[in-house]
Amino acid sequence: MQLKKTALIGAAIAGLLASGYVAAQEQFIGLPSYRVGPFGSNGASLYGGWIDYMMMVNERDGGVNGVKLSWEECETEYNNARGVECYERLKNKGPTGNSTFQPLSTGITYSVLEKVAQDKIPMVTIGYGRTDAADGRVFPWVFPMISTYWTQASAIVNYIGQKEGGMAKLKGKKIGLLYHDSAYGKESHAIMDKLAEKHGFELTKVAVANPGNEQQAQWLQIRQLKPDYVVLWGWGVMNATALRTAAKTGYPREKVVGVWWSGSEEDTIPAGDAAKGYTAAGFNVAGTNYPVVQDIQKLVYAKNKGNMEDKSRVGSVLYNRGVVHGIITVEAIRKAQEKFGKGKPMTGEQMRWGFENLHIDNKRLAELGAAGFMPDLNITCADHEGAGKLKFQQWDGAKWTVVTDWIEGDRQLVRGMIEESAMAYAKEKGITPRDCTKEM
Amino acid sequence: MLYREAGQFKASYQEDQQIFPIRQDRIGFAAILVFFFGVVPLVANQYWLQAILIPVLIFSLAAIGLNILTGYAGQLSLGSAAFMAVGAFGAYNFMLRIDGMPFLVGIVLGGLCAAAVGVAFGLPSLRIKGFYLAVATLAAQFFIVWALVKFPWFSNHASSGVITAQRVEILGYAFDSPVSKYLLTLAVVAVLALLAKNLVRSTTGRSWMAVRDMDVAAEVIGIRPMHAKLTAFAVSSFYCGVAGALYAYTYLGTVEPEGFSLDLSFKILFMIIIGGVGSIMGSFFGAAFIVLMPIFLNVVMHSVFGGAMPAGMGSNLELIIFGGLIIFFLIVEPHGLARLWQLGKEKLRLWPFPH
Repeated sequence: MQLKKTALIGAAIAGLLASGYVAAQEQFIGLPSYRVGPFGSNGASLYGGWIDYMMMVNERDGGVNGVKLSWEECETEYNNARGVECYERLKNKGPTGNSTFQPLSTGITYSVLEKVAQDKIPMVTIGYGRTDAADGRVFPWVFPMISTYWTQASAIVNYIGQKEGGMAKLKGKKIGLLYHDSAYGKESHAIMDKLAEKHGFELTKVAVANPGNEQQAQWLQIRQLKPDYVVLWGWGVMNATALRTAAKTGYPREKVVGVWWSGSEEDTIPAGDAAKGYTAAGFNVAGTNYPVVQDIQKLVYAKNKGNMEDKSRVGSVLYNRGVVHGIITVEAIRKAQEKFGKGKPMTGEQMRWGFENLHIDNKRLAELGAAGFMPDLNITCADHEGAGKLKFQQWDGAKWTVVTDWIEGDRQLVRGMIEESAMAYAKEKGITPRDCTKEM
Repeated sequence: MLYREAGQFKASYQEDQQIFPIRQDRIGFAAILVFFFGVVPLVANQYWLQAILIPVLIFSLAAIGLNILTGYAGQLSLGSAAFMAVGAFGAYNFMLRIDGMPFLVGIVLGGLCAAAVGVAFGLPSLRIKGFYLAVATLAAQFFIVWALVKFPWFSNHASSGVITAQRVEILGYAFDSPVSKYLLTLAVVAVLALLAKNLVRSTTGRSWMAVRDMDVAAEVIGIRPMHAKLTAFAVSSFYCGVAGALYAYTYLGTVEPEGFSLDLSFKILFMIIIGGVGSIMGSFFGAAFIVLMPIFLNVVMHSVFGGAMPAGMGSNLELIIFGGLIIFFLIVEPHGLARLWQLGKEKLRLWPFPH
């Protein structure tokens, strides 16, 4: 027994060493993931999807132009200090160092914001993070892609307006904002205040303390206010609690609209029947009937190489969001290789160029097997957001059903606020914004 | 025989009162200082400096703070992280609002803010003790974090409540490389640790310990319990505050109030329990253990068993092993790592002849 165990461990170590020596041409991607703590199940789905996509690319295409993708996880526990440690640990791994850092935590994003610029590692914060970093002239190394919180808040208000039958109908309505009391939750305040002013609705902000499993008082307050809609701005365990407490206090779930971090199976399934009728935003859709997800099942799970312990979650919202992370990262590598040499691993600096010149149109999405899976994307030097479109999905008790087409936020208003905030940051830090007309 | 004291005579009061009465200790301490100030910056890479050594030093300082309060003065506290937050936000606001505020002065002022808040929340200690006091400091933990979030003035009206630390500059020299930040942190921590060591040997420290051991008896022999308790709260909070300011300025760069949660307070409490309650050196041991062990486990899990088991299981195993180690450790050595060090010294004194 003892001998067998030792032999097994020995073989594992030998295999590990061997795999390190064979793959010389590889692109290293450091994954600061979290699989424990109050947000652990969310992290497991998202990083699972991402890893599975990279595994699939390695299996199907042999990597990107012959460069195999390699990655290493580092457990952050969603804790900023651990996140910084992971960032430093992963920084110099692989032949060209870490090529992109995507922490999936607003707190960690803030903590490494200045470090990534010093170390020249692009940080991609798809759908979260510091909103005004969408201004690429002040934040060349940060990419809050697809949609920032401000665009999202604006799109949610547009969706509510659409449901009411026109933005003019919002006047005099009451909207409650139930938010996670952290940097992430408060990111929405500036834009929501502005939108309330513009459309004439009354906004009430209700804070929920981290991690959010106690909301009796908050929903009591909501019941007194009787808002027409409640925007749920939560993450992890807070969402299911919100839906359950809403059911207990008798607030209709049809009137609760979640942000994309409140719109996954991890939120609705634990809430049980209380989640039925609840709508949430999303920049990717759920489901397994997309060629890209089917490829993963065929090439990864059929060979028993999948990352998900719970295979039934393949195709869930967060899993598919992980696939979006994978698609964007791999496409950026491909783009960078076009300029800096095919078949070579890219450095962080070259990857940044790849991200900054990323254009994924609907045709390319169809080629990737992801038509309608995520919005088309067009990143430029000045605009690191690049899409700003959302689809809304409703939970019918068993699965998410898409109920709208892509809805855009108020781009003009949001962009103005982003530039204003970014310029204030540049002034505070003494940064001279880049001149994007001179960049190619 | 390494610790043979034979022949070391103390002929004056001065010699009798020095911090390290044994010559070997003095040499050892000097060697440690030379090693950390001189050798480490030369040999350690960025990762070690920035991600390991700086946080260990900062948490050591916070642990010293709590150790003064809990270990020496016997007052339980669960609010250390909140006092760190006061230090961080205090230093940030002093540097933001007063032009040309020198960095070190800002840090000290941040620490003084924390000391003032600490005294305010220490007032209940005059009437209540033990667990009841712990609950009162728990209130500090919740109140301070709530206040920092509630009033946007503290974070200079940042949209998300996160503060970004200003550049660290002393006399025109910018501390922006990991080496310089490490040396700055080390210098502050070394000075304050020495100060703490001296403080606990002084009248103040003795009165703290007298109050800890039996406050009625202490009062009878002429120690003012109120004075002793409040100075303990002030000094302890000052240390935590400075640690918080360093946490913001030399380690993370940006902090939010939620970062200083109850979790962090517990972590600091674990540090002094593991390291040794009532020991300055134990604070360093404890901080190193609590900061390094999870990272070590994470690295081991990934590099040795990475391919062999699901990643989620690895992360959970880390927590299980870490928790198990703490329990095992407390059963085997309830007085902490500092006690182990002391036992080692005793053994070395007799070595190689145990009898």
